[in-house]
Formats: sequence, C-alpha cells, structure tokens
Amino acid sequence: MVLQSSRIEILNDGGLRSDGRRQYELRDITIEFSLQGHSDASVTFQHGLTQVLVSVLGPHEARMRSQTAHDRAIINVEVNVAAFSTGERRRRTRGDKRLLELASTIKSTFEPVVQTHLYPRSQIDIFVHVIQQDGGLLPACINGATLALAAAGIPLSDFVCAITGGVHSTSPLLDLNTLEENDVPHVTVAMMPRTERVALVTMETRLRAENFEEIFKLAIDAGKVLYMEMKAALQRRTRALVVALGSGSKATTQATAFDVDEL
Amino acid sequence: MDIDDLETGEFRLTCPGETITSAHDFMRGHGTYVDDELVIASVAGTVQRVNKLVTVRAARSRYNAEVGDLVVGRITEVQPRRWKVDANSRQDAVLMLSSVNLPGGVQRRKLESDELQMRTFFEEGDLLVAEVQAFFADGAMSLHTRSLKFGKLRNGQLVIVPPVLVRRLKSHFIALPCGVDLILGLNGYIWVCKHMQDSDQGEEGFDAEAVYSNQNDEVDGPTRIAISRVSSIIRVLADHFVPLTDTLFLEAYNWLIEQEVNTKDLILGDFGDAMVAAICTVR
Repeated sequence: MVLQSSRIEILNDGGLRSDGRRQYELRDITIEFSLQGHSDASVTFQHGLTQVLVSVLGPHEARMRSQTAHDRAIINVEVNVAAFSTGERRRRTRGDKRLLELASTIKSTFEPVVQTHLYPRSQIDIFVHVIQQDGGLLPACINGATLALAAAGIPLSDFVCAITGGVHSTSPLLDLNTLEENDVPHVTVAMMPRTERVALVTMETRLRAENFEEIFKLAIDAGKVLYMEMKAALQRRTRALVVALGSGSKATTQATAFDVDEL
Repeated sequence: MDIDDLETGEFRLTCPGETITSAHDFMRGHGTYVDDELVIASVAGTVQRVNKLVTVRAARSRYNAEVGDLVVGRITEVQPRRWKVDANSRQDAVLMLSSVNLPGGVQRRKLESDELQMRTFFEEGDLLVAEVQAFFADGAMSLHTRSLKFGKLRNGQLVIVPPVLVRRLKSHFIALPCGVDLILGLNGYIWVCKHMQDSDQGEEGFDAEAVYSNQNDEVDGPTRIAISRVSSIIRVLADHFVPLTDTLFLEAYNWLIEQEVNTKDLILGDFGDAMVAAICTVR
C-alpha cells in the first residue's frame, strides 16, 4: 500500500480533484437579482462556495468634486470582505492593501467596457460584499459586477466573463477552489465573449511559460461557457421586468405580471 | 436580419454586446453602438424601431429627463444664484433663482438681497415639485417652479420607485377620495400627502408664507393612517414592477379596506402578493 501523504491530492489517479470534479469541470453557478436598499441593481453571484453580493449605484452626481471628469463618468469600486467569509476568522479593514488592489483591478477591468462617455460629470459606484470565499474571488467579483451593471441599465460594450485556471504538474485545471489555489500556480483571465478580447490577465504565482498558452486557451473557452449562463440569467430577469411592465404583448402580461420573483 | 420581426408585435430582448442588425441599413439610437459595421446593443432591454432608427430601451435605468416632465426632487446644495436638486437622474438638476416664484408678486426684479436669503426659500434637504425647463450642454437639467402647483412639499412622505413605473399621465397631481394627495414625479419620486384645499386665488393671492413654509399643518390620525396605507401600496406595487396609475391606487385602497389588512402586514406578509393578484386581474 502506498503511504498516504498528509497533503490532499490535487488530482488523483482517476483524474478527479479534491472536491470530486474533473480537470475542466466548473463549479455550480447561482445568479440572483435582488434589490439592495437604495442601489440601482444588485446581484448575488455564487460560484461554488464563493459568494459575492455586488450592488451598483448610479450614474449619479459625482461626490468628490476633485475627481469629477468633465467628459465621462468615473467608476468607484469598494470591496468589503465579511470577517466570517474565510476558514479562519479575520477582520479586514477598508484600508487593507489587498482589498484596495482587488478594487483597483475591478475598476481597471471595467473602465474600457462601461461606456462612460455617455455620462459626463457623473459617478458609477460598484459595491462588492464578499460573503463567502473558496477560491476564484476576483472572477466572482468581476462576473457579479458585469451582471449588476447590466441590470442597472448602464451601457456596456460587452459582457466580461472571468475564470481562473491553473496547472498541477502538467495537467491544467479550471476554476480552482481555495485548496488548489494555495498549492497550484494559477492565472485569472477575464474575456469579452463578443470580440474574444481579453480584459484582464493577472497572476500572483509563477507559471511555467510553456503551460501558459494551454491554460489561457482553456480559460477563454470556459469564459464562453460562463457567458451563456450569465446571459441566460440576465435575459430571464429582463423578460420578467418587461412582462411585468406590460410593454410586451397583452396576452402574456396578465398571466405572469405577479409571478416575478427575480426582481 | 430578423429585426423585421418586430412588426409582428412580439418584443425582442437584448443583452449588452448582442448584435441587432447591420449598420448599413439602420441608424443607431440610444442603447446601441456601432462596431465593425454592425449595430450592437449596449443595455439589457427591448429593441424599438422607428423607420431606420434602432434603439434599445433598458428594462430598468436611471431617470432620463425630457422637457416638460414633472419631477419631485430634494435640494442637495445651495450655490450662488442656484440650487442643486437630486432628482434621481445621472446628474443633479439645477434650479436657478430666476426660475422660482419669489414673494411679493411674480413681476418683480431680482434683488441682491434675494441671493443672500436663498436659504429662506429652499434649504438643503427640502423636497420640492418642479418642471423640467431645459437642458445644459453636459446633459444636466434645469428646473422651474413658476406655477402655483409647484414649490416646496409639506404634510406627507416620499416614496421612491423605479422611474419606468411612472408613466406620463394627463395629470400627475392625483387626489384620492381617502383624503390623500399624490404627486407622481416622472423621476420615480412620489410624494404622498394630506389633501390640500384648492385655493383659487390666482397670481395675486400668491402667499409666500405658505409656499416656502417649513412648518407642517396639523395632520390628524386617520389621515396619517391613509398616507401610510397609500405609501405601502406604492411600495408593494413597485416591488412587483407594476406600472402605477390612478385607478390602480383606488382599487388597491378599496381592496385593503375590504380585506381589513393591517398596513404593516401588507409590507411584511403575503398580503402584498394577494393584493397585486387581486387588482391586476381586475385590470
């Protein structure tokens, strides 16, 4: 009998990962549109055990006079991580460097995608609340923010779909959880499905150059899969709203007007 | 392209980044952009077509003002010769000192003393009802309150709903028989207040004391209950994304009285769903 190592096997001989997934298998995605307080739209995006709540407020009058741009809207991203979101309880303050970096990554991802020139002297707020984390935090934030922006009626040139990919010895993996993220070199890729342009590529670990291309291509493919899911969810919501408004054909209006559970 | 299907009455939904049609045959309107000779949607909503113009109307968005719209707003700032007003739009609206009625007759020259006592007319936090007068170059709107119908709001409470739910009506001042007045701002701000006696005093009887007063009148118990009932009805209807009309309020109010629903239960319990179901089938 082989001596069982104390470490968890990332990929066993049967080709299964520690949580029972195959190499390229993504985790479950749940998208829920809700209204959070005074925000214009908010989305709870759950990817496996990672859960984020993204609220979008705006466009509205810019709060900071000094940062107002006269020809476009400014995007303001604030990230808040719940103390109970990780395995070990830990309070992060608002000034935490990692959170500021996360926020500025999200901001720079969306600046070219949001058509800010339509809203001069305005501000768009994206508030991210991290409820649970189990790997893939940045992709979850980006995907959630895309949906929240679209739901708030803010013009976007395209969706942004993000996913992580990593490599275990020579076998590529997609959509890593925390266990895998701690062990395996990985890269986060955000892509725009219409043009297949890449909005963001970021790495916090070292990845062998020869592995990069394969993972990158896999991540792009996974992004397209994500896009289908996100698009379907957004379309369900849009349909529900349009039907409830009664701007559609009259026959369907009456039947479903009070059946809207996904506002 | 299947854009011609629109004429059959079926609505077409879009997502950001979805191709609508070719840019050769059509012009792009709001909610779209052109890339690579294709018209592409930039918001999630319904496609609308007028001749060659293709627009996408977002299912839910901020208020897009038009000249002549009635809006309810809140003063956020007092600046030289102008007030800044939050009107649920993408920028704060501007209310110029020259576009409000000043005490002492309408045909009166603006004095320097008026500029110094602007806060006696409107202060930060005051709610007002006004009309959209014009737009500035950057898209900000300019308001005016030069009518006896407009001005500061008192004796009631504000309810905020998505702006698409307020449709253009013949009159946005609605008096319900339960002793409650409604002002439906097209920006989604709705003022619910005690019924005001119509004062047919005309221009001469313009009473500055009453128009710019910060003091509420006496509102008795039953009226307070009626106001909170109407406010709850509006909130429930907005939660179900039902467009607001005056007949709907009446039906909802009567249903509430018939069923003897407590106002609090309407918001918390399942009564909201029941109410929407009841009055929407009537509709």
